[in-house]
Amino acid sequence: MSNPRVLELFRAHLPPQSIITDQVAVRPFETDGITAFRERPWVVVLPENVEQVRSVLQICHHHGVPVVTRGAGTGLSGGARPIRDGVLLTMSKMRKVIEVDLDACTATVEPGVTNLAISDAVREHGLYYAPDPSSQIACSIGGNVAENSGGVHCLKYGLTVHNVLGIRVQTIEGEEIVLGGKTYDNRGYDLLALMMGSEGMLGVVTQVTVKLLPEPPDRWVLLGVYDDLSKAGDSVSAIIGAGVIPAGLEMMDSLAIRAAEEFVHAGYPVDAAAILLCELDGSANQVESDAGRVSEIMKVGGAISVRTATTEEECELFWKGRKAAFPAVGRLAPDYYCMDGSVPRHAIGGVLSEITRLSTVYQLPVANVFHAGDGNLHPLVLYDTNNEGELHRAETLGGKILEYCVAVGGTVTGEHGVGVEKLDEMCIQFSDVELDQFHRLKAVFDPATLMNPGKAVPTLARCSELGGMHVHEGQVPHPELERF
Amino acid sequence: MSGDESERLITEVRSALESDRAVTIEGEASKAFLGPRTDGEVLSTRGHTGIIEYRPDELVVTARAGTSLSELAAVLSAENQMLACDPPRFGGRGTLGGAIAAGFSGPARPWHGSVRDGLLGVEMVNGHGEQMQFGGQVMKNVAGYDVSRLMVGARGTLGLILSASLKVLPRPEHTCTTVVDVDRIEASSRSFELLRKPYPISGTCYVDNRLHVRLSGNEAAVVDASEILGASLEVEESFWDQVRDHEHPFFQRERPLWRVSLARGAVSPSDDDQEQLVEWAGAQVWEYMDDARPMIDLGDGGYVTPFRNVTAESSKAKRSQDLYEQRLKAAFDPADIFNRGMVV
Repeated sequence: MSNPRVLELFRAHLPPQSIITDQVAVRPFETDGITAFRERPWVVVLPENVEQVRSVLQICHHHGVPVVTRGAGTGLSGGARPIRDGVLLTMSKMRKVIEVDLDACTATVEPGVTNLAISDAVREHGLYYAPDPSSQIACSIGGNVAENSGGVHCLKYGLTVHNVLGIRVQTIEGEEIVLGGKTYDNRGYDLLALMMGSEGMLGVVTQVTVKLLPEPPDRWVLLGVYDDLSKAGDSVSAIIGAGVIPAGLEMMDSLAIRAAEEFVHAGYPVDAAAILLCELDGSANQVESDAGRVSEIMKVGGAISVRTATTEEECELFWKGRKAAFPAVGRLAPDYYCMDGSVPRHAIGGVLSEITRLSTVYQLPVANVFHAGDGNLHPLVLYDTNNEGELHRAETLGGKILEYCVAVGGTVTGEHGVGVEKLDEMCIQFSDVELDQFHRLKAVFDPATLMNPGKAVPTLARCSELGGMHVHEGQVPHPELERF
Repeated sequence: MSGDESERLITEVRSALESDRAVTIEGEASKAFLGPRTDGEVLSTRGHTGIIEYRPDELVVTARAGTSLSELAAVLSAENQMLACDPPRFGGRGTLGGAIAAGFSGPARPWHGSVRDGLLGVEMVNGHGEQMQFGGQVMKNVAGYDVSRLMVGARGTLGLILSASLKVLPRPEHTCTTVVDVDRIEASSRSFELLRKPYPISGTCYVDNRLHVRLSGNEAAVVDASEILGASLEVEESFWDQVRDHEHPFFQRERPLWRVSLARGAVSPSDDDQEQLVEWAGAQVWEYMDDARPMIDLGDGGYVTPFRNVTAESSKAKRSQDLYEQRLKAAFDPADIFNRGMVV
């Protein structure tokens, strides 16, 4: 579709270089970080300021044109996949650091500023922004808000929702909502929390104020080596249960260890069944005493060896393999499918056994890399699109893993979001009264369903077709309603 | 005593809906002084109590809404743990459901987080009489909108909370409080400085011209920081409980008390030291004022709300989110059956 009237209006409000309609030039915008989902938008707009954002939204609202908002395009659930008849609103030109307030220990930035650029801007003051998703070099803070991004250090320092104090949101109706600021709480309903992780369904974030933290004076990283995956899993619970809150606690299985070692040579033991990486931070004395306790817990829990990195260089080397795990595993097969289930820590062992079983049944290898400290798993299902049926098998296997996560009290997505990728799995996790409530909630901000339509929350019809519809007490709720 | 009264509560909501009656949700009524009085018969959660699940190594507890905070704290304490958000228990009472509905947090809020920060999931009933569950017991969960956190501070107007899961933390192995005699301006700048320091701080309180700083955590870290901050005095841990629960002598005056939420790094515009108690490194101020109008627009999100003994009508600044809040109420409770007349 191309809507000449709408384009004309865009041209009246945005400079020519901010409007891309050339079908070759829009190609880089076809997907976000998950390339299996592609669509070419008929127009990409790149506003330079909030007035232009508001104009685009008002025009779309008036003409009934859907809008998909995109940050840096690093998302892993297809949340920013364009819609053929829609506008792709790309925020990457809005990348100013507006203010660093040292008394408040806050930074106020535009949404296109990258996650890492915030820490870079305040490092000279001994401060940093804590949430650190793996894509932090590239991903934008606006996208972090949309996904409620986590990262390696969120076990101790929280997710985006815990580290953002204020945002400005533009609604499709052309209103600006100012939520929070530099206070710890706000009068009225907590719309700030509601916007976190709302996947571009409710509004467009145009300004973000984040809390900054002092850099910890010292940090050590422990590397525990195990000959048995479940022993490593048990050590995770034992460390947390002993009252230590590590800054990060990560686990990798043998396939992931070997891939990472071959790729970046971090010195990982390639014959191990699993490794645990445990980062401890704080004052020098505290780190030393915590490290002693964790090392002891690992050994009692069956670790073959425990290595300790005490200098910045050694710590970086230990992390290097973990940080390169995804691209490293990517070298093992032409394609991989990354899952994002989250489970209670005590269920980690059970989930791993189930993954091993499913891997055999579907005849596809699975490498496991995860944020063990908070029970967030990233099984990477290896496949080759060129082999007929493998993509479908990989998707089915992934879906089965997520079903299992829900069954043990977990969730289908810990940090990547639902996007278009996990719509079916949402039918398993939520009943139709809950999904109905989500749809009513969306209508509060977007009555005409123009913001990122078809993402994040499945229609009841879709769930019904899957046969996964929850019927509460034998009654379909609101029988008077049309099913979407 | 513990009991699951979910069925009774849901039935009462549905019957109120059918007969077009409003209900006033009430636990221990420990915060009834906040007002305003709402319409309708009391729907009591007082008997809906008990811990549903608690696994210390998961750092999560799930309990029914009527469970008392003191009882919950005792159970956690037996495992050497505590609620990270440490909500006030006014009059030694206060329930889990009430703590979520009110959204108040204890002195450690800037460092250990709020009720909203620690809430992982809720089971609730909306104004359609539908039972729903959002979030869960896991630390990371981005499936669906964050309805759980929306319930915090909503004062029961969006639905009835049946149960909730909250994050817990290990109790600190060591705690001490440092005290210095300083004026209000010096206390503010010292407090802001603390935000930039990597010390294990778990509370500040400025009252009676003294700045109290609580340190808690690993013993080595606490000792290191207290040596730097200096001037350690014997302060009982109960001092912090008294501040949290408003049992400190400062709170005993029969005069209009307001809660002022200030931006980090901001100083209260009023300058009468004796009329203020300041927490959260300057960001939460309790202040006796006959007239709060000068504080209507504090900037950077700051605001003032009446707390105790306030009879004057409080005027509020109009906000950009008002329209959306009205629609949101209708999206959860279109017939306005929950806490009709409540001010959020």
